Amino acid sequence: MNIIVLVKQVPDTTEIKLDPKTGNLIREGIESIMNPDDRHALEAAVSLKESMGGSVTAVSMGPPQAIDVITEAMGMGADRGILLSDRAFSGADTWATSLTLGKALEKIGDYDLIICGRQAIDGDTAQIGPQVADHLNIPHVSYVFGIDEITEERVVVRRRLEDGFERIETSVPALLTVIGELNTPRYAVVGRLIAACGEKASIEIWNAADIGAKTNEIGLEGSLTHVIKTFAPKFKRQGEILEGASRESISTLLGKLHENRIV
Amino acid sequence: MTVWIDADLCNGCKRCVKACPYEGVEMRDGKAHILERCTSCGACIENCKPKAILTDAKPREIPDFSNRQGVWVFAEQRGGGLHSVSLELLGKAGELAEHLNQEVSAVLLGHEVEPLAETLILHGADHVYLVEDPRLAQYRTIVYTHAMEQLIRQFKPNILLMGATHIGRDLAPRVSRRVAVGLTADCTELSIDPDEKILLQTRPAFGGNIMATIASRYSRPQMATVRPGVMELKEQPGKSGNIIRETLSIDEADIKAKVLEIIREAKKTGDLSKAKIIVAGGRGVGDVSGFKVLETLAEALGGEVAGTRVAVEEGWIPADRQVGQTGQSVRPELYIACGISGAIQHRAGIVNSRFIVAINRDERAPIFQVADWGIVGDLHELVPEMIRQLES
Repeated sequence: MNIIVLVKQVPDTTEIKLDPKTGNLIREGIESIMNPDDRHALEAAVSLKESMGGSVTAVSMGPPQAIDVITEAMGMGADRGILLSDRAFSGADTWATSLTLGKALEKIGDYDLIICGRQAIDGDTAQIGPQVADHLNIPHVSYVFGIDEITEERVVVRRRLEDGFERIETSVPALLTVIGELNTPRYAVVGRLIAACGEKASIEIWNAADIGAKTNEIGLEGSLTHVIKTFAPKFKRQGEILEGASRESISTLLGKLHENRIV
Repeated sequence: MTVWIDADLCNGCKRCVKACPYEGVEMRDGKAHILERCTSCGACIENCKPKAILTDAKPREIPDFSNRQGVWVFAEQRGGGLHSVSLELLGKAGELAEHLNQEVSAVLLGHEVEPLAETLILHGADHVYLVEDPRLAQYRTIVYTHAMEQLIRQFKPNILLMGATHIGRDLAPRVSRRVAVGLTADCTELSIDPDEKILLQTRPAFGGNIMATIASRYSRPQMATVRPGVMELKEQPGKSGNIIRETLSIDEADIKAKVLEIIREAKKTGDLSKAKIIVAGGRGVGDVSGFKVLETLAEALGGEVAGTRVAVEEGWIPADRQVGQTGQSVRPELYIACGISGAIQHRAGIVNSRFIVAINRDERAPIFQVADWGIVGDLHELVPEMIRQLES
């Protein structure tokens, strides 16, 4: 069972604070982490490899420092790592990114399963998985929270719906996007991490030429959506703090709600 | 591709600094400078009035899209029931179509779903593209993608909107890739640019910490997904429209997926998207019994209980009660946030509430910035007090 896992290095957006004076994001000191959903994808891949044999290849597209998530993936059990890094990849929207990843996966070839996280915590689009699958012309299932059966020909998974779930069978090769409910990711093993940083590590860095991508189909030039402007979200609220002991403050609150006919 | 500033043209207006989502531009001696962390997203280039920001990216010709007609809405149905987001999107589509002087169409795929067409028309559809086939009875990615592709290539719509539901977030990217168009996910605002007559798609980015307005200049249809509860439906009693029937043409061999079973987990209580009052809990609630108290308050107010991602991960409430970036967006009359710090991912889901009340022990909690009224204190004392006063 040859499995490819797509991983992304993201800023830890859950820890971002706003500067109260300027209303701007405080970007200094934000940690770069492996996207949380991707950890679950990696865990699934490594578990499958452990029970069925085969190999796991971790692939990421990012700037040079993204090598850290590749190393971490190897530390968690990936056998091979590939970082797609090139100035020409920058500014890519999901179309250009999925094309870049798609070309790299075509070059790797010979995979049974591609597993990725449902969405990244910086873009939050959940588009890359399905778009890569369509590029490769393979079926995909999203929101996977359980892998029930897998053979050389088919995979049966459980897909989360808002009000329940579906059990879906699809042919292999296939792409799965997974959510946190799927498993508990293991920690990277120190010995493996050290090996991943060594000379003999199976880590490669590929650029646009390596995957046969033309400049006008990747990066900003290849993108089909463009950012026109950005702005801080406006939260226009009164922000009145109600004072006093519990009885008083609650009484005031209920008074306000009553005034506004809520209660 | 690289971005740089022509210092001679730069007038120091700082628009680029404000536009950059990555803090990649800073001022030095009154002139703008692009920093190493620039990701070449191009937002600054758009905003520079003196055109002082240059790039080695080749200028792209905008194709002639004057023959693209129609604002389409994918009408999501499951088991013969229309998802409310489809009606909400029809409401928005009507506004957009008016600005473009074009018409609204709904796309309805399924098996024996024709009766739903009437509802779509009464909520704003001028036309309903209906594709019925037993193979469309249950949602399957490849079959639905194929049907959408068929219709898009044949009828060439200008805009295509879909609800950002589990189905929509599965189907939209696959369709966008298939017909080679740009797609913007989870839009909170949609409007038509008065000059370029293109769809302006605004959405939270960077985990919801900033808002980005995005456009798809180089491909059609312009695709966007919108979460349920963000747009408002508009009933149009007496509106008339027509049904355009098309047949699905797909090879059985191309359909690689089988839905083996669908399990509906019965919801014990109501639907958050329709709740008028929501009492929500976060990390501060502490445990399941803490949530029971919130439930009592919700009951006393005639509302529903919800929670943050933390509460779901801790197992204090089920996942279908999660509000926020990866949960639901809600727009109740009143949202009471108990023991919720107000991380931006959560705030993104409640911003359309009419009134927000925050109860938190920490006066520096960001939730107080988005509340109409706040009480700094222990929710374990304040919530029971509120219940007491309501019951008397």
